Amino acid sequence: MNTATMEHCDVLIIGTGPAGLAAALAAAPSGAAIVMVDDNPAPGGQIWRDGPGVKLPPGAVERRAALARHANVHILSGTRLVAVPQPQQVLLEDATHGWRLQYATCIVCTGARELLLPFPGWTLPGVTGAGGLQALIKGGLPVRGERIVVAGSGPLLLAVAATAQAAGAQVLRVAEQAPLRAVAAFAAALWRWPAKAVQGLGLLHPGYRTSSHVLSVAGQDRVESVRLRQGAHTVDIACERVACGFGLVPNTHIGQALGCALNDQHAIAVDAWQATSVPGHYAAGECTGFGGSEKALVQGAIAGHAAVGQRAQAQALWPERQRWEAFAAHLHSHFALQPQLKTLATPDTIVCRCEDVTQGQLAACQSWTEAKLHTRCGMGACQGRVCGAATQNLWGWTPPVPRMPITPTRIGTLAKPESGPVQP
Amino acid sequence: MNASPTNASPTHIAIELNGTQHTVPAGITVVAALSLWANGVTRVSVLGEPRAAFCGMGICQECRVTVNGQRRLACQTVCLPGMVVHTTTPTKPGHSA
Repeated sequence: MNTATMEHCDVLIIGTGPAGLAAALAAAPSGAAIVMVDDNPAPGGQIWRDGPGVKLPPGAVERRAALARHANVHILSGTRLVAVPQPQQVLLEDATHGWRLQYATCIVCTGARELLLPFPGWTLPGVTGAGGLQALIKGGLPVRGERIVVAGSGPLLLAVAATAQAAGAQVLRVAEQAPLRAVAAFAAALWRWPAKAVQGLGLLHPGYRTSSHVLSVAGQDRVESVRLRQGAHTVDIACERVACGFGLVPNTHIGQALGCALNDQHAIAVDAWQATSVPGHYAAGECTGFGGSEKALVQGAIAGHAAVGQRAQAQALWPERQRWEAFAAHLHSHFALQPQLKTLATPDTIVCRCEDVTQGQLAACQSWTEAKLHTRCGMGACQGRVCGAATQNLWGWTPPVPRMPITPTRIGTLAKPESGPVQP
Repeated sequence: MNASPTNASPTHIAIELNGTQHTVPAGITVVAALSLWANGVTRVSVLGEPRAAFCGMGICQECRVTVNGQRRLACQTVCLPGMVVHTTTPTKPGHSA
């Protein structure tokens, strides 16, 4: 068995959500030295995010415990990948140090982020992503007694409402933009994935409305009310928080920095072995196209086996993957975004939150590059991760290609010599 | 609303927020602590608007604050005893911190 160090490993797994955990569990029995990196404080990704008062599902607890029994797996939480200085080498940074890690094989399991579309008032404190609010509550954000409206699209909205209510909030409305016939057709076919049907039944909410979406949020210094379109009607609801997410966007920045090609869905392209376009580099889970944790788990396991040369074990999981990829396709086809969501922002609505660039300034531009040069859109701290996906949705602009460093980084880390840890 | 660190039970820890001592439940994020004691506001935007945690998962950078002198994302940082947190001061356009 090989021992992973901070500087060298056989298999580098980027991301410790379901895909990353499954990849590590598949690859670990081979004895390979494995390092896992994740910028969150604990393993689990978004769906299995740990925190005070969080009761993790058995699947998460069992996998974390199983991984702890493998001495050849080293998990680095609170650690972000900031650059790729050379092939098969990454620059990492935690709260105090920066250092380079050399690897032989890599599995990218960077998950997805929410599609956050601009609407008047979306920059007010109290407006968050939908999954974003769920993550914040798991981290201890107090919402007891607060009135919350959840809006956007997809089954995640119901899970968010359930989390908020369990934390003592009053969820007044769950506004799903898709029409009733689409949501009903989605639900009617869930018998093909019984586990999903059971999950869904447990989450039904009396405030759930279809053909409903946010129009604007009002408030002095933070959220005081939200205006919704509900079918043919406009309604105003007084509330303390609005949690709004329009589905998911694969996180491809790190994959792209490693040289991995994207597919036509703007996700990391993979073959049947979960191999990317770069030899020795695999990808699994939501970063290859979103579709839920079951798909991520089986893709992660296939990638883990393939990465250590266990092709037979990997291939044995192909039918299971096909089952969950069918679920993903079912999900995508029924929660397609309605065209009116492109018109929520008015000329004075901020689209680039980092540089405070408005819809009016951007509407005069023809492309991402022109917008960037004329308005500084996408040049702020998030490096276009929020406004890039938004402008792609609004105007069809091609999102920016990531540049190094991939994320805001300390100078001490970038000035890092060839090897050995560096102090901040 | 200040609580003395000496009163902290084992389930609570003392941290400093913008120069004032507070006790917060152990294990919560800096975002959660800021919601308890600072209305959740993390920074002021280039046009002077107050901003707070938004994406909740380390993407949007709205919750960037200074922790022990270093720039950190409040949503991905768990409060530790003695931690010193400062929210961001206003910046000029084109110079977002």
